[in-house]
Amino acid sequence: MSVVTVQLGQCGNQVGQELFDVICSDAEEGQKKTYSAGSFERFFHQNAHGDLVARAVLIDMEPKVINQSMTKAAKSGKWRYGEASHFSQSQGSGNNWANGYCVHGPRNRDVVEELVRREVECCDRLAGLMAMMSVAGGTGSGVGTYITQCLRDLHPKSFILNHLTWPYRTGEVIVQNYNSVLTLAHLYQLSDAILVHENDTVHKICSQLLNIKQISFSDVNKVIAHQLGSVLQPAFTADSHGVYSRNPLGELVSALACHPEYKLLSVCTIPQMPSSSIAYSTFSWPGLLKHMRQMLISNSKMEEGKFCSERTRSLTGFGFNRSLANLLILRGKDVYCAETGGFEDPDLYTSWLSSEESFTLWKSPVLFNKYEKSVTLVSNSQALLRPLDNMVRSAWNMFASRAYVHQYTKFGISEEDFLDSFTSLEQVISSYNQLC
Amino acid sequence: MTQSVVVQVGQCGNQVGFRFWDLALREHTHVNKKGLYDEALSSFFRNVDSRNSDGRACGVGGRIQNLKARAVLVDMEEGVVNQILQGPLRDVFDSTQLLTDVSGSGNNWAVGHMTYGSAYQEQIVDKLRKAAEHCDCLQCFFLIHSMGGGTGSGLGTRVLSLLEEEFPEVCRIVTSIYPSAEDDVITSPYNSVLAMRELTEHADCVLPVENQSLVDIVNKIKHMSHGGKPGISIKRDSTIISGQGGLSGAEKPFDAMNNIVANLLLNITSSARFEGSLNMDLNEIAMNLVPFPHLHYLVPSLTPLYTLSDVSVPTRRLDQMFSDAFSKNHQLIRADPKHSLYMACALMVRGHVQVSDLRRNIERLRPTLPFVSWNQEGWKTSLCSVPPVGHSHSLLALANNTCVKPTFMELRERFTKLYRKKAHLHHYLHVEGMEQSWFSEAITSLSSLIEEYNHLDATKGKLMPDAPRLSIAR
Repeated sequence: MSVVTVQLGQCGNQVGQELFDVICSDAEEGQKKTYSAGSFERFFHQNAHGDLVARAVLIDMEPKVINQSMTKAAKSGKWRYGEASHFSQSQGSGNNWANGYCVHGPRNRDVVEELVRREVECCDRLAGLMAMMSVAGGTGSGVGTYITQCLRDLHPKSFILNHLTWPYRTGEVIVQNYNSVLTLAHLYQLSDAILVHENDTVHKICSQLLNIKQISFSDVNKVIAHQLGSVLQPAFTADSHGVYSRNPLGELVSALACHPEYKLLSVCTIPQMPSSSIAYSTFSWPGLLKHMRQMLISNSKMEEGKFCSERTRSLTGFGFNRSLANLLILRGKDVYCAETGGFEDPDLYTSWLSSEESFTLWKSPVLFNKYEKSVTLVSNSQALLRPLDNMVRSAWNMFASRAYVHQYTKFGISEEDFLDSFTSLEQVISSYNQLC
Repeated sequence: MTQSVVVQVGQCGNQVGFRFWDLALREHTHVNKKGLYDEALSSFFRNVDSRNSDGRACGVGGRIQNLKARAVLVDMEEGVVNQILQGPLRDVFDSTQLLTDVSGSGNNWAVGHMTYGSAYQEQIVDKLRKAAEHCDCLQCFFLIHSMGGGTGSGLGTRVLSLLEEEFPEVCRIVTSIYPSAEDDVITSPYNSVLAMRELTEHADCVLPVENQSLVDIVNKIKHMSHGGKPGISIKRDSTIISGQGGLSGAEKPFDAMNNIVANLLLNITSSARFEGSLNMDLNEIAMNLVPFPHLHYLVPSLTPLYTLSDVSVPTRRLDQMFSDAFSKNHQLIRADPKHSLYMACALMVRGHVQVSDLRRNIERLRPTLPFVSWNQEGWKTSLCSVPPVGHSHSLLALANNTCVKPTFMELRERFTKLYRKKAHLHHYLHVEGMEQSWFSEAITSLSSLIEEYNHLDATKGKLMPDAPRLSIAR
């Protein structure tokens, strides 16, 4: 089954391009034919010349980034974007969610729907749609929200996954908290699950694990793509009986998003290291899994080497990260020997769901992206509670003085709309807070 | 890709504009090696085939034929515009873009705003419409004018309200040159305060630039380049006052100062013209930096002012660039942002600078800069990969900061001094359409603007508690 990706705005188009790059090169190197074939079927189709063409639609309100992404893809020599599967306008949304949602979105609805429809028709079977965007700017967040709404109307029964990039806490867009609040509140009603990467966390991975001195956006996007790729590439599920699972989005959603109040998924992958060191490093499954479990419990999204020992940290104590559901994905050598009992501990989870329902395991014996062994955890837990709370608090403080609100009302978003969004996110925060 | 139109009004506006076009051409010549008319060029220039008698523009992608500036030049005397037309840049403009008169406005805002404003309204609108029609997607008008004289301040602000009427959707960014305290125009406080009201009500953003600051910066650079310290030499075309490599030959007296303003405009538009890993469109400026409609005065600062000629660029020097952007000496008005209150701040970086450099410096500088309580993280950043000519990197900071207040208060004081004695008032009241109420309303508008800044200043240094959150009923 196939996934149609919709890349929106500068961030969505940059991350999307890196994602297809990772997926394509990983699938090419994979020794197993079934793995490559499964991956290609998911994300690419072949054109008349036999080139791999990404099942993607590129949307931005200004042309520069789309041109860049298309050129980069064509230059890779392995895959490309469809010649006619992109749409751009000449003027951006100006960091204004309202401008994207109320003006650009409706104005370009027909064109975008047509592009998505054509891409969907190329699929033998549609597994679902994935919309990639940032929440900070105007196009990704505003147009992205509007387009997600259109996709929901067009495909009421398909899985829709939103991949969101959360901005640095300081210094990208000043109205980013407003844009984020409006986006998240709306997507929560539309999307089946919301997969989140925080720029701050990924930036830390780049500097501390990958030892990159001058970190560029391309480095950040590569890490996001790596983690996302390890979630989306084919794997065996518990009941797939040696056949690669067919529907990554459906499996993901059913494993993790079991309650409409809880849709925020965080991702982390270990190990991550400079590519030059990979050849000199060995890993053991018990070591990696122990590490990952510590990261889950203490809610650190990066392996830092030093954790307090299990005994000193009680499972109910302060800072403990309670989960609703976890999906563990193991890829690499000797994957069948890995012992994952530590993740089935009922103490990790909420009491109203049994741990068999809370924990899902996927495995694949194929090495992922050159790593001999690799562990990825997708978690529906309290992990995103604090950044979400910060986001809402900052936006609410700004809203209390009504700063910048006139920029939104200009395009037809009223103060009541803001209040509605705040209310629904406070509801989400309170739900995650009460997870126990 | 979007386009912008530059509207230059009055003597000062046209002189600055002239330097802008020269340096813009120099920059594009530097970047554009193939001689093709590309998207970046199209934002400020049309490509016209002179063989076609109808003067139709050629599309993007073809060879450069004849570049025409997307500009409208307005002056009520002929001197400066004629100079431009006799100079090396004459081909960049054609007569349909020009509007001149012979008699000048006599340093009288009312003559510019009322008399000429009414007489030339239709012609001005006509020329603006023509310029707009040449654009696929017109995003922004850049108005350049001075505050002290008659034409720039009077007619300039009239043009501003015409722009608002005719093109309500298009962003209006105004570069206003404020007079020095010891200005030779005696009526400049009147003109400036009358113009201020128009700017407060009709502009999206105003970039105030003070004459005195430009003089100071020029002196500083000259001092450095004439052997300020032994062993230091400055690359020839790297100072922001240099016109080296441009078309115009000998430098005229104000060129050095005007080049600074021209560089300001080049840098502010760089991220919209060239590519980069974090773009900033022109409509994002007002969106991010203007929290309340009237508080749209953004203090600019440019760094580095010059580049030393040794090649290596240590991190230290890059960090110095960020520090300098907040120092008193680099602001284009006489103001001290560090000791006032920030509402928002944009950092627009050009050249080989990564997001990690940006983050490191924001983290480093943040503790020393006071931000308003509801916008503690009020940073907007952009990275454009094309550096300015002669530099490896550069930074333009735009600060929405209460440090503009002293400038406005000084202006009010000078206005009141004249107005109390009703000095020179009759020159204004003679003009048809001008009434004394314009003066009282203008000064009220300025006072309430100052009051708004006072309100914000009052919150400075106080620990503001978080606004009580909405609570969810269980």
